[in-house]
Amino acid sequence: MAAEGNAKPAKKLSLKENYALLTRGLGWEPSYEKQEEIFRNISFEGIKIHDWEKWEDPFRLTMDAYWKYQGEKERKLYAIVDAFQQNNGQFNVTDARYVQALKIFINGITELEYDSHRGFSMLAREFPGVGPRIAAQMQSLDELRHATTQIHTISQYAKYFTGMNEFPYQFDRAWYLSIPKSFFEDAVTSGPFEFIVAISFAFEYVLTNLAFMPWMSGAAFNGDMATVSFGFSAQSDEARHMTLGIEVIKFLLEQDPANVPLVQKWIDKWFWRGYRLLSLLATMMDYMLPKRVMAWNEAWEIYYEQNGGALFADLARYGIKPPTRAPETIAEKGLVAHQMWSVFYANRDAVGFQMWLPSEEEMDWMSEKYPDTFDKYYRPRYEYWREMEKAGTPFKNTTLPQLCQVCQWPCLFTEPNDPTTLSLRETEYKGETFHMCSDGCKDIFDDTPEKFVHAWLPVHQIYQGNCFLPDVDPTAPGFNPMYEALRYMGIKPGVDGGDFKGSADATNWEKWTSRPANIHEGAYTDAVRDTGNQSDVARKAV
Amino acid sequence: MTVEIRTKSVKPLTNSFGHLQRRFGDKPATRYQEATYDIQSSANFHYKPLWDPEREMFDVRRTAITMKDWYALKDPRQFYYGNYTTTRAKQQDALDRTLDFVEKRDLLRAMPADTRALIEHAIVPLRHYEWGANTNSAHVAAYAYGTAVTSPAMMNTMDRLGMAQHISRIGLLIDGNSGESLLASKTTWTDHADWQPLRREVERMFVTRDWFEVFIAQILVADALVYPLFFQHLDSAIAAGNGSALSSLTDYLMRWYEETGKWVDAVIKTAAAENPENKALLSGWTVTWRDRLVTALAPIAQSTLGNQSEDALAAVVAAFNTRAAKLGLSV
Ligand SMILES: [Fe+2]
Ligand SMILES: [Fe+2]
Repeated sequence: MAAEGNAKPAKKLSLKENYALLTRGLGWEPSYEKQEEIFRNISFEGIKIHDWEKWEDPFRLTMDAYWKYQGEKERKLYAIVDAFQQNNGQFNVTDARYVQALKIFINGITELEYDSHRGFSMLAREFPGVGPRIAAQMQSLDELRHATTQIHTISQYAKYFTGMNEFPYQFDRAWYLSIPKSFFEDAVTSGPFEFIVAISFAFEYVLTNLAFMPWMSGAAFNGDMATVSFGFSAQSDEARHMTLGIEVIKFLLEQDPANVPLVQKWIDKWFWRGYRLLSLLATMMDYMLPKRVMAWNEAWEIYYEQNGGALFADLARYGIKPPTRAPETIAEKGLVAHQMWSVFYANRDAVGFQMWLPSEEEMDWMSEKYPDTFDKYYRPRYEYWREMEKAGTPFKNTTLPQLCQVCQWPCLFTEPNDPTTLSLRETEYKGETFHMCSDGCKDIFDDTPEKFVHAWLPVHQIYQGNCFLPDVDPTAPGFNPMYEALRYMGIKPGVDGGDFKGSADATNWEKWTSRPANIHEGAYTDAVRDTGNQSDVARKAV
Repeated sequence: MTVEIRTKSVKPLTNSFGHLQRRFGDKPATRYQEATYDIQSSANFHYKPLWDPEREMFDVRRTAITMKDWYALKDPRQFYYGNYTTTRAKQQDALDRTLDFVEKRDLLRAMPADTRALIEHAIVPLRHYEWGANTNSAHVAAYAYGTAVTSPAMMNTMDRLGMAQHISRIGLLIDGNSGESLLASKTTWTDHADWQPLRREVERMFVTRDWFEVFIAQILVADALVYPLFFQHLDSAIAAGNGSALSSLTDYLMRWYEETGKWVDAVIKTAAAENPENKALLSGWTVTWRDRLVTALAPIAQSTLGNQSEDALAAVVAAFNTRAAKLGLSV
């Protein structure tokens, strides 16, 4: 029998050859159905692709390698997660204020990972080229991983702290969570090319490091082993996703010169939308981490001004310019974190996490980090509010803020170069006036008003009476619209949000750990037996 | 630093997420439940999708099937990303040992020329069938409703890429890593008369928009005919004269098919039991696609199995009909 066999010795394949043989040849030119009937979404945006074969696969992973590599990472990650749960790792974080930042994470970010899974599934179906489709498929599955590992790690916190227990429900309803929700829905409801430029390039490639590095070091610094573990485990996924982002841009730009202005428009739009979304991180970094890593303005300098500058210098040869609204982001880098914290503080009864005023020690840090702005504009405000708190008449906003039609932030930002003048823009469209927070958002609205008029603006919806549960009777005596709107949003009034001091989280923390709930303010309750450093507490607690 | 705290006595405020408590009561949740239930957004969508302005971004109206609760369509394997990848990694490790064994001994290349030609003609082109299945499965992941369906559908999509690559490796074991058999198999798939009726049906699935119909056509019907026909009947015919070298490689495909069948069966059975309209629709699609696909498979079955082909196809169809009836379909 062997004599009949093929006698030539078998070749050894390089990884690259192996990948090419196992992957690129899989597709075929359909002949029974028309190409445009099979891939129906790739022409309406106006992007021209002449040759999908020119796509360079950024990572040459066959499925067997993917399974093994990812399976190994999962094995290690879940070993840590199991240990974290067994050892009550949730109590190892610096203090209970840190957990408030995790609430924003699970309620506002985790669902984006799922949306991303769906967005990439659509590309996985709709791109005609084998290479980009496989890249999109792997990312779609990776994004499921991110949603899953975040839920599995944060679920331990959700068992012991308030405000994390209704994350999918809140994500669809809470007024400030429409900021991340509308961001990703804008991308998924776009065409496939805008989606991939928005998410893979503008978000993952240009902005992810900014979210990743300060946030993960913040978690590490504050003893949050769960977040650190899923974060670092996701890092090699992110590296692949970023490579996809840059590969996509080059591919689109090289395929046809007519693609350049479209890509530029999307870069301008998604840079601004991504920046507005990440501004949330500004306030988390500067105000919510009990032990701080770096200030927002420093992060912006490193991760956008320096790294982004180099990137756009490199893309100049394609005729791509830096995002039009980049100068505004640089001008206001000393303002955003403080303006946001102020707005959240003022509206603390209407959010699902607890708020506090920065301590002396924290304000001194901000004075040092923001020498041009903090002492001049924000310290006096906080000191005044501190006095009001002491006087028993704490400052509160009782009406809901005006939201930007595009980014859905409250119109809380000032003119980038003038911290004393609120930045308000508006556009008339079909007889109606729409409000925007900035020139960046107004550019976006004016380019596609027909899309943005459909935005589900929570504050408008509340005023229109669309945010009450079915058991509510608005004509009943004692009807409290704000209380009912919060219930609709999945926020437990007086429990999830409000003042940190006196909250269930702060009180439980001190009872359970004997450590202060706010390391900068000393004990709130008698449960704290020692306000000294943590190792002291630990020794005594054993 | 580990802080030792008297936490042994600390009782959690809650045992699981609110959405899981409402479904399963106040008790600790499994990792599958945490990763799956109610994760997809379901309310207050912001914009009209440019690619489907008549519907919401996630919309139950992308299929004619209706469910009171789309999360009833659960995966009995309880796959979430972690146990999915570790399961596949382990299976791949075992498969690698088999591939290594076959390669070191040149078991496929030692087969007679006509057998090698038969494998090239009738097994290797299935890599393109798998790529088609990948497209169809991605369609389900993209447009279905609810994480309970989209998550296993995405895993299935990746599985199909894995199966396409495994079948390609069979080609490489035959052609000594030259890739010639892969090039040839593509022409066979696109041009040879034996394969055109099947390719025609795969391409028909590409233009079918209702995601549940695509699920029925590809993942229920086509797979239930293709897998047993090629990896059991044809495989046995080849093994009869040549030993079990090929079977050691197709066994992986059959095991994967059987494992996936548990998920497929649970989905179809639950959807069919939901209401009579579902049952009628699912049954109708099943019959239509079964009849199309049986006709489409006849030429390749005939040219490879000769006078056994009718019996083989009939056996495959009979087994499928029994399975479909058990799922509550009228076929
Ligand atoms: Fe992600
Ligand atoms: Fe805005």
